[in-house]
Amino acid sequence: MVRSKEASGSNLNPDRPGPASTAGSGGRRIVLRVDPIACDGRGICAELFPEMVSLDDWGFPIIDGSPIPPRLVGAAKRAAAACPTLAFHLDAG
Amino acid sequence: MTALVAPDHGPVGAGRFVSRPGPAGLPRLLPAAGENLVDLASHLERHGPLPLLGAAKRDTHPLIGAIERAGLTGRGGSGFPTARKFAAVARQRGATTVVVNAVEAEPVSAKDKALCTLSPHLVIDGASTAAEAVHAQRIVLVAHASVLPTLIEAVAVRRVSAIDPVPVEVVAAADHFVAGEERALVNWIDNGRSIPTAGPSRPYERGVGGRPTLVNNAETLAHVGLIARYGDAWFRSLGTTSEPGTILVTARGAVRRPGVYEASIGTALTEVIRAAGGSSGTPIAFLVGGYFGTWISQHVDGVAMSRESLAPLGANMGAGLVLVLPDACCGLVETARLARYLAGQSAGQCGPCVFGLRAISDALVSLARREAGPQVIVNLRRWLGEVEGRGACAHPDGVVRLVRSALDVFEGELERHLAGRCGASHPEQSVLALPAMRTV
Repeated sequence: MVRSKEASGSNLNPDRPGPASTAGSGGRRIVLRVDPIACDGRGICAELFPEMVSLDDWGFPIIDGSPIPPRLVGAAKRAAAACPTLAFHLDAG
Repeated sequence: MTALVAPDHGPVGAGRFVSRPGPAGLPRLLPAAGENLVDLASHLERHGPLPLLGAAKRDTHPLIGAIERAGLTGRGGSGFPTARKFAAVARQRGATTVVVNAVEAEPVSAKDKALCTLSPHLVIDGASTAAEAVHAQRIVLVAHASVLPTLIEAVAVRRVSAIDPVPVEVVAAADHFVAGEERALVNWIDNGRSIPTAGPSRPYERGVGGRPTLVNNAETLAHVGLIARYGDAWFRSLGTTSEPGTILVTARGAVRRPGVYEASIGTALTEVIRAAGGSSGTPIAFLVGGYFGTWISQHVDGVAMSRESLAPLGANMGAGLVLVLPDACCGLVETARLARYLAGQSAGQCGPCVFGLRAISDALVSLARREAGPQVIVNLRRWLGEVEGRGACAHPDGVVRLVRSALDVFEGELERHLAGRCGASHPEQSVLALPAMRTV
């Protein structure tokens, strides 16, 4: 179920302007941010981006503030695009 | 007699800030014995007229420089440098708002309630001088229900005398723990929803009505009302060099005269307890700061009410609570009660806060009931690490700090509880004054 979301997620490459779309190529620091109020704990971010997202005992994402390595920015964008509550963000660090 | 002299009544440089001589010693904020400062005339007689300089452009107002030199820090719990907060708002373009935070939602804390009841005009003085300094067009005073009548009366009397340069609104605070969180305050004023909001912007950028907003604790603004009159050198004449001024302390628990006291920063904790009539019972620990505070052990000789003295113990002055835990009570049981209350006071918006605090408080309750095994402690410690920093506001972080300090200070008690025993003679007793407390 979640896997099929991943497949569609890769087609949903975010074309929204913002730090995420410019930072990947420009080498600027990009960090993950979870809006804890919007987040419902669906866990799709951890499915799509396990390299930098784990889940707590209740299914809510745990991230750290470290910059996303350039090679993982694409996966991070796919996870952000797939979040059903729009709680998963990429910010300029 | 004018307190501040501004010859051209316009934006003036900090060098032209002239203050009147201030009263020596204590109290500063609270009335002296037999003094009535609720009456506006008495207040003006004691402190002189409200020193207004006229609004300044951007962040050039001399009051901000005076507050910076005074070294005033926030008295609502953050300890943030007040001048920096003022400057951040004053720097913004256009109209701003001043919000006075007199919510004091902690059931055990009484210092802002005491201040607003005994010295309401000083709080409003501070708000009005702040409004000039940050070119605000509006002052909103959000207050605990118990102090509303006094504040409404004070605002009305001042309106008749046209004292305040911008309108002062008085708003009743919502009645729950996170109502005093600054973004919850803004949300309450704008939308009637007393819950924190998420997002990168802070109230100094986007606050009430989407405008830059200065949110300050009532006591902090009362100090501003004094600095505006007597200047920064006077302010620094009490307290320590690195932490000047006085602080309101709520002394509670096993003390003979519980209440609100004004103390110079740097006053020994033993002295604060002596002022409150001394301990009634043998203290086994002290909760310092508030419900979001830190337990410190009974060995407090040499510990003072100051950031510098408390920091090595992992504690801070917070909102000024000093609660004495007597040896009849059990620190773990008391912490379990607090954790359960605070878990129930989550605004219910963020998963880690809702589920994490419930799990943490359940673990503590089982520990308090001597039903927990070592695995509960392992889980508890992991949850404390995982929950921290993952709410929209600092509510979960406050609980984490409290519980961590309990596991540290009550380590011996923890071992006893794991072995099915308790060192307290009356663990069913509580000094916490929690509302609707159930038995643990």
